[in-house]
Amino acid sequence: MINLLVNGRTIALDVEPEMPLLWALRDELGMVGTKFGCGAGLCGACTVIIDGEATRSCITPVSDAAGKTILTIEGLGEKALHAVQKAWIEADAPQCGYCQSGQIMAAVALLKHNPHPSDADIDAEMSNICRCGTYPRMRAAVHRAAELAKI
Amino acid sequence: MTIALSRRAFIQASLSAAGGLAISAFAPEFAGATSINGEPWSPGTGKAPDEVNTFVVVDPDNSITLRVAKSEMGQGVLTSMAMILAEELECDFAKVKVEYASAHRNLVDGNVYQSMGTGGSRSVRGSRVFLQQAGASARARLIAAAAARWGVEPAACVASGGVVRDSASGRSATFGEVAADAAKVTLAAEPAIKTPGEFKLIGREVKRIDTTLKATGKARFGIDTRLPNMAFAAVANCPVFGGKLKSYDFAAISKRRGIIAAVPVTNGVAVVADNFWRAKEALKAMPVDWDFGPAASTDSAEFAAEYRAALDGPLADGGGHGDSDAAFAKPAKVVEALYEVPYLAHAPMEPLNATAHWQPDRIDVWMGTQAPDWALDRAANAGGVERKSVFVHNCFLGGGFGRRAVNDELTQAVEVSKALKRPIKLIWTREQDIRADRYRPQAALRMRAALREDGAPAGFDFTTAVGSITRSLGWGKVENGVERQAVEGLSNCPYRADALKVGVNLKNTHVPVMFWRSVGSSQNAFAVESFIDECAHAARRDPVEYRRALLEGRPDFLAVLDALADKGDWGKPLPKGVGRGVAIHEAFGTIVGEIAEVAVTKGGEVKVQRVVACVDCGHLVNPLTAAMQIESAVLYGLTAALFGEITIARGRVVEGNFDTYPIARMADAPVIETHFVLSGGDKWGGLGEPGTPPIAPAIANAVFAVTGKRIRSLPLKNASLGV
Repeated sequence: MINLLVNGRTIALDVEPEMPLLWALRDELGMVGTKFGCGAGLCGACTVIIDGEATRSCITPVSDAAGKTILTIEGLGEKALHAVQKAWIEADAPQCGYCQSGQIMAAVALLKHNPHPSDADIDAEMSNICRCGTYPRMRAAVHRAAELAKI
Repeated sequence: MTIALSRRAFIQASLSAAGGLAISAFAPEFAGATSINGEPWSPGTGKAPDEVNTFVVVDPDNSITLRVAKSEMGQGVLTSMAMILAEELECDFAKVKVEYASAHRNLVDGNVYQSMGTGGSRSVRGSRVFLQQAGASARARLIAAAAARWGVEPAACVASGGVVRDSASGRSATFGEVAADAAKVTLAAEPAIKTPGEFKLIGREVKRIDTTLKATGKARFGIDTRLPNMAFAAVANCPVFGGKLKSYDFAAISKRRGIIAAVPVTNGVAVVADNFWRAKEALKAMPVDWDFGPAASTDSAEFAAEYRAALDGPLADGGGHGDSDAAFAKPAKVVEALYEVPYLAHAPMEPLNATAHWQPDRIDVWMGTQAPDWALDRAANAGGVERKSVFVHNCFLGGGFGRRAVNDELTQAVEVSKALKRPIKLIWTREQDIRADRYRPQAALRMRAALREDGAPAGFDFTTAVGSITRSLGWGKVENGVERQAVEGLSNCPYRADALKVGVNLKNTHVPVMFWRSVGSSQNAFAVESFIDECAHAARRDPVEYRRALLEGRPDFLAVLDALADKGDWGKPLPKGVGRGVAIHEAFGTIVGEIAEVAVTKGGEVKVQRVVACVDCGHLVNPLTAAMQIESAVLYGLTAALFGEITIARGRVVEGNFDTYPIARMADAPVIETHFVLSGGDKWGGLGEPGTPPIAPAIANAVFAVTGKRIRSLPLKNASLGV
């Protein structure tokens, strides 16, 4: 059994240690807010936060995540919308929406270690793919989230 | 009476019968916000007792449900279609609920929703009038029901904000109070619909109704479907298009944990497991033998040579005007250039997938499809069940861009579900998504112009060699050798000349081709707008001035071009190493002009810094989602212009994931400024696609402005631009 600490709850899972966290979340736990995009750590649709770091769960074996603190999109806005989610809504960022869970988790992690990122910081740190091209609005949303977090 | 509650119970019961899906609670509703269920499908059965017409349901508790017969793939259609209904209904838009119309209802109830396909930038253009009519008709019935109750003339009553009022007596009734009566009203004549001057909601910036769901991970895409007893399938499509499965060795993987079965499917083989990861890993390990067929020796270089050769004919007449021979008889100068574009994959972020539950007497499907009515037909054929026994529960689409119009993945899901007699979620990995796509066609275009002494063109001669989408889809033979997609943007070239001749050689390889955001305009605008720049250069004229002179007879184009030159700072100084390029193109009823500011480093790296777009689509429903569509279309085209290339080697697609098929990321995204230059009148142009065609030539023309190097082949990553 592998113990995962997901969104503040400990869950015991009987899966292969090499199963990527993404598929443990989606298919074993039914937490489908985290998305499959490439399976190779290239697009970031599967981004979750593990011990404070944005992590691509499609290439993270569950054994690597065991014992660490895992935050998914389901846990982020559980009680009230997070500043990043509020900013995303204000900025009308999502279009198809499929990559947005991962984008939001990446932005949450970015703001955690860099509360006032410049455009260049955002370009460097937000490397998840969005096929709808919501980048300009997401960039504005990250700046807005930085302001909202200050308040 | 608790119709609202019973209606929800009804939904639950219906879906339980379908496959035991326990419908989850409605998503958290944020105060005052128009809401949509995270699972936006409708029950897919008959008439609700409280519907005023097929698009409008008013419950006695005064909640209003508006049905949308188009698919939400990011373009904001759930919001814009609902706005059109609400405009006429005169309800409070902030309080409506929106759900998908049912393809099943459409089938069994006389095509009440008309075409349910979403594509061709057609949702507003194709549905606005009948949606306005549906909303107006519902309003008239609600007014008639209230008037009858009060014993007054309907003409004495008005509806607004979801309330009917009789001004003389001061009486009022909410829509909910008269809904049951309104459903029984027969109108002597349908009411007239509003004209644009009367709009209160249409044309106003309205927040999208799906944003909160998508910012909280609660929007349900097809890939998120979960059903009791559901198994997961990974599929290997034949690597060479047109090849066949010969054999596979299930015994080699059958002992692996969670593995259930291997099932041959159309175009390949699926492995089924209790978890998708187990299925795809086992599939990788399973020996599979293919008959690749005759195309297994082909490659892109060969195709490129064949498309170039095809420009020499035989050519079909693709349209035009005037006497081309005369125009080219004694030119002062002939400008000629060859443009080439590769196959392109759609690569929506949500890889293709479908969940099917086959039962002997019915099939239920959960997926994101651009065409739920076609999906219904497809599932019926694949599963051997009557069409009226198929229920398509359309989900949010994680991108479409044309790919989700033809649902190859659904056929396979139904086949596996039928074979194993249980619900199956079948997912294509990213590699399958890119390698088994139906692509934007490869093409070669030869562009010729005969210029007069003053540099103005006497004649244009455009020739295209391109794959036929119609033939590739098996939709027809195209016996005259010309299809609209091949010539859009060429035969309607807006630039003045005495003659225009368009020659077409439709030529397909074994690689399937289909609609890709903006279709033929995606390559034809690149050729025309790059070539006009070449003509301007040959004539020693400024690219905007040259276009302006040739567009004298087109005030619609001129209005966009003039606004663009102004907003895009045409002619204003730029730092060294940065240049501007312009392009303007009409597609799907909309004219879009774009100016790209592009930096080229000494090492030859290209960075698009700023894009200004001016758009004339006549009218706008929602300026917010309209601007978002232009931004999206620019970035979709920017990715293709800079990086997009599907290459074929040994008959198969070389690229497989985002390492080899790169997509623009945050760092590649320019500042995008969108301006609407609305001509109004009867013009209602599309918006999903027209922003894509101008960006590639605008970037290429900017690269020329910086480097003096003319880009005649895409993508730009292959060009050598270093100094």
